[in-house]
Amino acid sequence: MNQLPDLVCPAGSLPALRAAVDNGADAVYLGYRNDTNARNFPGLNFDAKNMAEGIRYAHGKGREILLAINTFAQAGRVGDWQQAIDAAVDQGVDAIILADVGLLDYACKRHPHQRLHLSVQGSATSYEAINFCQREFGVRRAVLPRVLTLPQVEQVIQNTTVEIEVFGFGSLCVMNEGRCWLSSYACGESPNTVGACSPARYVKWDKQPGRMDTRLNGVLIDRFGDDEPAGYPTLCKGRFEVAGETYYALEEPTSLNVLPILPEIIKIGVRAIKVEGRQRSPAYVTQVTRTLRAALDALRDGGERYHVKPAWQAELAKVSEGSQATLGAYNRPWR
Amino acid sequence: MNAQVTVPKFRLPSFIARLGGRLPQWPHTLTLVAALNAAQKMKLLPASELAPLEDKLFRVRVLDTGGEATYTYRDGLFRPVFRPEREPDLAFAADLSAYLQLLTRQEDPDTLFFKRELEITGDTELGLIVKNMLDAIEWPSLPRLPLTTPH
Repeated sequence: MNQLPDLVCPAGSLPALRAAVDNGADAVYLGYRNDTNARNFPGLNFDAKNMAEGIRYAHGKGREILLAINTFAQAGRVGDWQQAIDAAVDQGVDAIILADVGLLDYACKRHPHQRLHLSVQGSATSYEAINFCQREFGVRRAVLPRVLTLPQVEQVIQNTTVEIEVFGFGSLCVMNEGRCWLSSYACGESPNTVGACSPARYVKWDKQPGRMDTRLNGVLIDRFGDDEPAGYPTLCKGRFEVAGETYYALEEPTSLNVLPILPEIIKIGVRAIKVEGRQRSPAYVTQVTRTLRAALDALRDGGERYHVKPAWQAELAKVSEGSQATLGAYNRPWR
Repeated sequence: MNAQVTVPKFRLPSFIARLGGRLPQWPHTLTLVAALNAAQKMKLLPASELAPLEDKLFRVRVLDTGGEATYTYRDGLFRPVFRPEREPDLAFAADLSAYLQLLTRQEDPDTLFFKRELEITGDTELGLIVKNMLDAIEWPSLPRLPLTTPH
């Protein structure tokens, strides 16, 4: 069997970081408390002091810290992003995850020994794009956007020496990664500009008798009955009236869950599996990390006898957004 | 918090809420406010995050006990508000078991919210600040009492 992939888990706070480490993550990814990362929500993320403590804790247990500086440097403020890179190198993170080619260029020239990963926001779906980033910026790992089928992922791996990381669990969006402006359509702000999709200050939960309306900057995104599961109002997961019919016009809220195809993912040589959710709580990180750890360890120990345990699926289903899990693009028949 | 304790999902019988709604609300309001101030004094709440809470009105309602507490944060202290004159800026409503599951970090607040077991109304950004502040608290590990030693 191929080497077991690293389990890369999210942290938006120190307790979440400890939860990831304690429950078996090989690496934890996180971001600074500003718009240099795409989960720039109030009260979330790390300042220099928390980051130092987090690095100390993870390194003490032999795990890695990956820092996401995965938004695009805004005109007139490029220095803010460069300073974030310098600070991360000073603090001793194991790798910096970058999306912006200008920042990749800065990082590889200024800090030639720093390990760099290409963020999913970099939107590189072909081995040509990935090999370009390796040749020009020395990128060591690329995180693939969630749009490729498993055979396509395999084709990428066969044509590059860059390590490949794929998503293993978490909420799905429209996955026009690094290029999505849907949130800006409603409120003028989106992940690639301010570091947050559908920022909370534009979100309204309006509880009425028998229903709850959710709005994004006044735009009605969805309406839930009292017993219906609710979701965070992003445009891509709204229900809209199209040609007289009201339904999820863009996408139904679902979670990606790769447990059923874990053996195939390992077989094709994926180097790391990533869990989405830096904005989620330590409880989420605990539940998802320990479940994926158990699955990976079962594969290592059992090999051919691997099967997905109902208890794993139940634990993951509990924290999923929407009521269904999917294999996402990995197994879609069309290309 | 002690994560070894598993809090099951439960709902207290409805007569308790009817009874609790008639009882004075000040004892648990004072308890909650005292706990928040103690947490602040122990520097568990990050000072930088407290500023946006200034003068905001919060309401915590426990549906199945009929209890509710309204409080505000002013000049560095959480203070009870016994006769609120306006709607709260941020209001939480849930059964007791959901609050216990949150406090013990057994359940994810987003999960409870999406499953409609935790109701959050008012200023969404303020709600996110409070949620993230609670998530970031590093609870001191409590000394293990003989009573809680596993057999």
